[in-house]
Amino acid sequence: MADKHSPSAGILATLAWRNLWRNYRRTLIMLTAIVVGVWAMILFSAMMRGMLDEMVQAGLRVLPGEVQVHHPDYQDDPSVVNSMSAPKGKLLQVLNTPPVTAWTTRLKVPGMISSERDNRGVLLLGVDPAGEIALGFDPGDIVQGRFLESADDKGIVIGRKLAERLETRLGKRVVIMSQNPYNDVADRGVRIVGIYRARLQATEELFVYTSRALLQKMLEVEDEISEVAITADNYEHVDAWWRDIDAAAGPDLDTQPWTVLDAYLGSMYEIQGTMNVIIMVIIFIALSFGLVNTLVMAVFERVREIGLMMALGMRPQWIMYQVLLESLMLLSLGLVIGNALATATVLPLESGIDISVVGDGLEMYGMGATLYPTLALEDMLMSTLIVLVLGLLASLIPAWRASRYNPVEALTKT
Amino acid sequence: MSALSCNKLTKTFTQGSQTIKGLDDVSIAIAEGSFVCLSGPSGSGKTTLLNAMGGLDTPDSGEILVGDMRVDQMNKSDLADMRLHNIGFVFQSYNLIPVLTAQENIEFVMQIQGIPADQRSAKSREILAEVGLADHEGRRPAQLSGGQQQRVAVARAIVSNPTLVLADEPTANLDSVTATQLMDLFAELNQSRGITFVIATHDARVMEYCRRLIKMEDGKIISDQEQPGRGANV
Ligand SMILES: Nc1ncnc2c1ncn2[C@@H]1O[C@H](COP(=O)(O)OP(=O)(O)O)[C@@H](O)[C@H]1O
Ligand SMILES: [Mg+2]
Repeated sequence: MADKHSPSAGILATLAWRNLWRNYRRTLIMLTAIVVGVWAMILFSAMMRGMLDEMVQAGLRVLPGEVQVHHPDYQDDPSVVNSMSAPKGKLLQVLNTPPVTAWTTRLKVPGMISSERDNRGVLLLGVDPAGEIALGFDPGDIVQGRFLESADDKGIVIGRKLAERLETRLGKRVVIMSQNPYNDVADRGVRIVGIYRARLQATEELFVYTSRALLQKMLEVEDEISEVAITADNYEHVDAWWRDIDAAAGPDLDTQPWTVLDAYLGSMYEIQGTMNVIIMVIIFIALSFGLVNTLVMAVFERVREIGLMMALGMRPQWIMYQVLLESLMLLSLGLVIGNALATATVLPLESGIDISVVGDGLEMYGMGATLYPTLALEDMLMSTLIVLVLGLLASLIPAWRASRYNPVEALTKT
Repeated sequence: MSALSCNKLTKTFTQGSQTIKGLDDVSIAIAEGSFVCLSGPSGSGKTTLLNAMGGLDTPDSGEILVGDMRVDQMNKSDLADMRLHNIGFVFQSYNLIPVLTAQENIEFVMQIQGIPADQRSAKSREILAEVGLADHEGRRPAQLSGGQQQRVAVARAIVSNPTLVLADEPTANLDSVTATQLMDLFAELNQSRGITFVIATHDARVMEYCRRLIKMEDGKIISDQEQPGRGANV
């Protein structure tokens, strides 16, 4: 009597599958809803990823280097006082070892630039041009003239917008000015040898490129630099290596990854996964009403046969499994089709969507005119997990209700 | 040993302010292999008694023994197991699971009993042949006539050799020819396999088949007699 046989899973699956297609119109409607929901989840996440990637890339392009090393006080006071000597010893060794793919040093100080017409506050960058290019500066962004050609180039490269503001142009002389370590004003007349463009006008107005040697000489700092900028060509994995740099740089220097250097981008990047999950859950909640309703109706229509199965000796929990299995089948089918549809629609979009129509308004967020959606396995798995777990949780309600029927009452329902 | 015995069963229903005695001090013993009819007008308590006997419903008080099992003391899952292994049910209507074929409906019980597939298949075909539906195994209930559906239900009820088959108004939805054929089948199975049948009915033609006729009224047994009938002589 007490033999506790399990029903063969086969009968539960057969019943669940056939019941699913009993009211095939209702099932198809629900299936469509799940497919669209899953598709929307993945598409949305892909868009978000593309958007964020754009923002981070754009942010990093402004001043390349996913990791930077500074004098500990530089962030608070980026003046030439807080500079440091060029990397050597252990730090130099790490910089020339993978995953680091390129690095360069900069002298970077706030300063003024004056034309005969106007003047602006800018950030003076004394750079090694080859190093900047290795790190990601695109010479193609030079719209007039040339980029700096050597670490002791005598020219200056300014942004298109700055040239406009200063009412100056290629070939003209301007004066750059800053404070030297002795709190004296240091200045120098330089010729504009190149005009660059940037994604953001703000960048064009802010960054002024000179050679590192020129700026060092002007500020009377022999071989001093403000920062070491380092890249491994993959901003996503920066957490994996920036601490090695930090360790090599020693306690007297500050090492920071881009997520800290640009706190806004960093936090956006950090919450991206959470945000995608939240959106997925919201989409799912919208779906779940339909799902629960579909199952409640399906169960309600089958009260009598549920009563019959119970009368014949089927345990209440098996009735529950049967409804859950039906839901699982519906959800899985929706997930398979939804994921396939999402893949089929997102992959072709990965080459870029022109959003220039709405793109102007997005520029302040660092967005360009093209969005590159990114299909991520992570998002597909996450949406699958959310739909399955929350879907089955939601299905517990109708499944539980089905299992609570009293066989005598259920059998006599008309 | 009795296949079934009931001792002092009572069950009251409350409907609004009214209380109805569904079962009023009912005691009976049904011998193994017997062919019993439970008769009486509508509302006399036949279904209530059958449900109590089959462990579908619990009485307010009294004892029920199926074989040597105390049904009245079982919890829900024990009752479910008891129904699965020891009782065969034939209801008035809606006996079959619509999405399953005739054969699958019969196998359903064996499947939840955990009987392996090859045994199930052979047994269900054999039993379908026995109830005269040898070539109907692939049909769904909707593709079967009322009489054929009841035969499938009978096949399902007896497939796992229950102690007892309880049939509640099995012929109520059938025309008289089909009803007679179904009763012939019951009688035949009772004789050939020695299965105990308790059939609730208010159809006089059905009552003629029984060897023992129990009459109920207002939840009480008002008469209990042997009669020639058509079932096995136990
Ligand atoms: N669930 C219930 N609630 C209230 N009254 C019920 C219920 N089930 C049965 N009854 C009452 O109990 C009595 C016996 O019913 P039943 O056993 O179904 O009779 P029969 O099967 O002989 O027609 C009837 O008066 C019926 O109205
Ligand atoms: Mg009745």
